[in-house]
Amino acid sequence: TIGLTVFAIKKYVVFLKLFLETAEKHFMVGHRVIYYVFTDRPAAVPRVALGPGRRLQVLQVRAYARWQDVSMRRMQMIADFAERRFLGEVDYLVCVDVDMRFRDHVGVEILSPLFGTLHPGYYRSPREAFPYERRPQSQAYIPRDEGDFYYLGGFFGGSTREVQRLTRACHQAMTADRAKGVEAVWHDESHLNWYLLHHKPTRVLSPEYLWDEQLLGWPPVLKKLRFVAVPKNHQEIRKSDPESSEAQPPAPDTGR
Amino acid sequence: MAQSLRVLSGKQKRSLLPVTSFLLVGLILSFCGYSYLITQNQNPKSKLAGASKAVGQLHSQQQLKRLPRTVYPQPDVLKPSRQDVLLVTPWLAPIVWEGTFNTDLLNEQFRLQNATIGLTVFALRKYTLFLRVFLDTAERYFMVGHRVNYYIFTDQPDHVPHVLLREGRQMVILKAQSHARWQDISMRRMEVISNFSQQRFLGEVDYLVCSDVDVKFSDHVGVEILSSLFGTLHPGYLKFRRDNFAYERRPQSQAYIPEDEGDFYYTGALFGGSVLEVYRLTKACHQAMMIDQANGIEAKWHDESHLNKYLLHHKPTKVLSPEYRWDKEHL
Repeated sequence: TIGLTVFAIKKYVVFLKLFLETAEKHFMVGHRVIYYVFTDRPAAVPRVALGPGRRLQVLQVRAYARWQDVSMRRMQMIADFAERRFLGEVDYLVCVDVDMRFRDHVGVEILSPLFGTLHPGYYRSPREAFPYERRPQSQAYIPRDEGDFYYLGGFFGGSTREVQRLTRACHQAMTADRAKGVEAVWHDESHLNWYLLHHKPTRVLSPEYLWDEQLLGWPPVLKKLRFVAVPKNHQEIRKSDPESSEAQPPAPDTGR
Repeated sequence: MAQSLRVLSGKQKRSLLPVTSFLLVGLILSFCGYSYLITQNQNPKSKLAGASKAVGQLHSQQQLKRLPRTVYPQPDVLKPSRQDVLLVTPWLAPIVWEGTFNTDLLNEQFRLQNATIGLTVFALRKYTLFLRVFLDTAERYFMVGHRVNYYIFTDQPDHVPHVLLREGRQMVILKAQSHARWQDISMRRMEVISNFSQQRFLGEVDYLVCSDVDVKFSDHVGVEILSSLFGTLHPGYLKFRRDNFAYERRPQSQAYIPEDEGDFYYTGALFGGSVLEVYRLTKACHQAMMIDQANGIEAKWHDESHLNKYLLHHKPTKVLSPEYRWDKEHL
């Protein structure tokens, strides 16, 4: 059984319908799937018809004011739920961004004890150009002569046990940073990269598995675009929400 | 299930310190949590029960340990390390060729696991003559820097040479029955390995490598070969189409493989994996050979035919290139 975690906080609930509908068509078809939808607005979760052996769990969580915190606290929430619940319910966990849609097959070829995905913007870059956290004060610090790849914060996973370890470690590292008054340059993604440098993934997904066609086109090296960014109206999504009191913009998109 | 991907470890390797700090952090976080988890049962008793269950699971599985800082060239996403050979099977198992792996990195990973590797070899009748060169060269090239147990099965324990072994390596001499026919000597290895896997190897080593004895190591053979289950490409069949593989072709045999099936032709001279997977393989092959024997049939290449049948239906998680088993006649 495969668990798919996705966070739809505040206005991001609007991405759920397309995400779930396309997941039904392309994600782990023929296998048992549990969608874990973390949201602060359970009533806004759309009702999508699910195939046999597939179900959806709404997990209500709090919304943080800053989008950086919304993004980073995903690690803590996944770790907590992994320890209390997922370990008994699913064999694998796949953790992805919500402002996306599936466009082609994403199946069991991705599953292994621990996997990361190559960031579409950096798979051709030399390691010195990777946007790792470069300040030694941060737990996520990686020196310029180290680093295998630049992994995406928006698509990682593995066995439930390994994902629990990864997310717990990243959350602990971010907590240590916060105590020192440091915030890593790309937040949870910086910490994910540190973790995967020191705990090598057992499988790595090519950029087919997370792409932004609007930003990056469709180069010939990609035979398929499997999971792609949904074009966003940035102004609209960043407009302050009358239902809540925050003034900050919500979680970032994946292209840079 | 995820468990089938993990190596069975016969020994408790972890100290309790990381476990208790994990528990402590987990408990602290849960108890001073924001209570935003409306769907969660907040009963403290169930939290402790959950935590102790997690501890039990931690002990039963291998943990990817943290690697220290190592400096090495960056992998090139757009340039494969070899262009002349297949680097990965259709089921995403790596094929191990020189140039595709970094020895230092892999050694680091396996040292962190404190892995012990068992090497089984059968020296019956005149084959004891091969032991000196086999063991001398193994000491030079096989899993250097790691803990190794040589399991030498022989009908003449006195004929096993005294070889000076490096630190962390030991030789275990085990009495084995000889047979009149060489085919039987070859085939009965499966039975012996499966029995000893269950009785002994499970508690002593993490991985088993099963080799012929009439070979010598002439270059590095290290932890890059280790995974749950590996087979080795037979050097004589690299350019052959599958309908020309030397599989057993008679449907009456348990080792039968039809002409339109088959990934590779694996050699019976070198296979291995975790103790659990090697146990499963050798037991299955032995049982298949017993059925054949009862039906009055013997597979064309004996244990090798049955090995090929098994690996067709239980895909190996790594495949070794013929660098790992070469004969001069195939040059």
